Amino acid sequence: MNIITPILIVGIIGLLAGVVLAVASILLAVPKDETAEALEEILPGANCGACGFSGCSGYAAAMSKGEAKPGLCSPGGEETAKKCAELLGSGAVSMEYKTALVHCMGSYDNTTDKMIYDGIESCSAAAFLAGGITSCRYGCMGMGDCVRACEYGAVSVCNGVAKIDPQKCRGCSKCVEACPKGMIQFVPLKKQAVVRCSNCDKGKNTMQVCKVGCIGCKKCEKTCEAGAVTVQDNLARVDPDQCTGCGKCVETCPRNVITLLEI
Amino acid sequence: MDGQTVKTLVAIFLAAILTENYVLNKFLGICPFLGVSKKLDTALGMSCAVTVVMVIATAVTWPLYTYLLVPGELEYLQTVVFILVIAALVQLLETVLRKFMPPLYNSLGIYLPLITTNCAVLGVTMLVLEKGAADPSFGYLQSLVNALGSGVGFLVAMVLFAGVRERLEECDIPETFRGLPITLVAASLVAVSFLGFGGVVDRLL
Repeated sequence: MNIITPILIVGIIGLLAGVVLAVASILLAVPKDETAEALEEILPGANCGACGFSGCSGYAAAMSKGEAKPGLCSPGGEETAKKCAELLGSGAVSMEYKTALVHCMGSYDNTTDKMIYDGIESCSAAAFLAGGITSCRYGCMGMGDCVRACEYGAVSVCNGVAKIDPQKCRGCSKCVEACPKGMIQFVPLKKQAVVRCSNCDKGKNTMQVCKVGCIGCKKCEKTCEAGAVTVQDNLARVDPDQCTGCGKCVETCPRNVITLLEI
Repeated sequence: MDGQTVKTLVAIFLAAILTENYVLNKFLGICPFLGVSKKLDTALGMSCAVTVVMVIATAVTWPLYTYLLVPGELEYLQTVVFILVIAALVQLLETVLRKFMPPLYNSLGIYLPLITTNCAVLGVTMLVLEKGAADPSFGYLQSLVNALGSGVGFLVAMVLFAGVRERLEECDIPETFRGLPITLVAASLVAVSFLGFGGVVDRLL
């Protein structure tokens, strides 16, 4: 039995295929962006989207093209920003720190459950039932979708309301997306007043469902010398850029729902 | 090309889609069928890539087999040679796509290299030779049409099943059956429904 012919045939076909592939890879080579690849190495690779791009590779590509600045990556922090800036040769960058904040103080002491819930232990499931299980339809249900979403262990549920540790929060926005009530939002990490309520109902209705919820009385608006506090839709809002962190609105709030951000 | 040939080609094409569907009738290529059919757009992309590879692979392997392996009495080499050719073709297709169609390349991702090990592609190239051996009039052109039909059949099965799965997502399924078990049950029901096409195409001939 002749063994040489089959070996030759398979060998030649393999060789031909190899040559064709080699030629094709040279002829059809796609120029790779080396800067973008190096930048992607530096980025943490969490693909969280906090920078506003589709994952780390998208951000790296945008940085190398000059469309984005270094320092947008919250999980990477200052170190990553510095390294990226060095690679790009764009000098020092200022890092903007932010932290996610639960805009609700509806603990078991302040709100009550309006039903006995026996379903899936998940906020997004419970939110489908008559606007959630707590008396306040804007409030935290404390079943911990945000806790499960957080990769850095910064979120905990304490007495029926979620709490985020600003020291541990890397600003990745996973909990912001996980909250079905949309009351977890970013605030800049600095000494400032924050309104820890999301209730947009009229004062009377808010009083019925929560002991601390913002009733939109506008006392804070009048007290603030910097003009940082405004009441919109029956809810006080603080503009972080204008807030000096003087704490006068905190003192004047009759519902004690404005607090200073602890850093 | 006379009328009879065109009629035969249409019949081969339809038979490959409906009665001899590679996924639902021959149960080849089940891995991508279950793995990639979760979303409609990836299912479409994957089946288009499979179709292209099937046609090109048949276009290359048929002459290789007929004019090289058969005269040399080396038919037993067909599996090795065909896999070699298919692997090289998929790599080539990947290079071409990366150069000329980066969005498609990015959306296909890992599925493109996986076609290399898709048994439906190997099945199409090999079973077509069996048909040729049984019926001498089943030549090169017929093989190509058969490959195209098989690809479209794969597409039809994928798209249909992606629709089924999207509806399954919203069903209240007993916990034991959630995930893969209910998917397999659904797949078998879709396969049974395709049995209904049996005999339809034979009438056309």
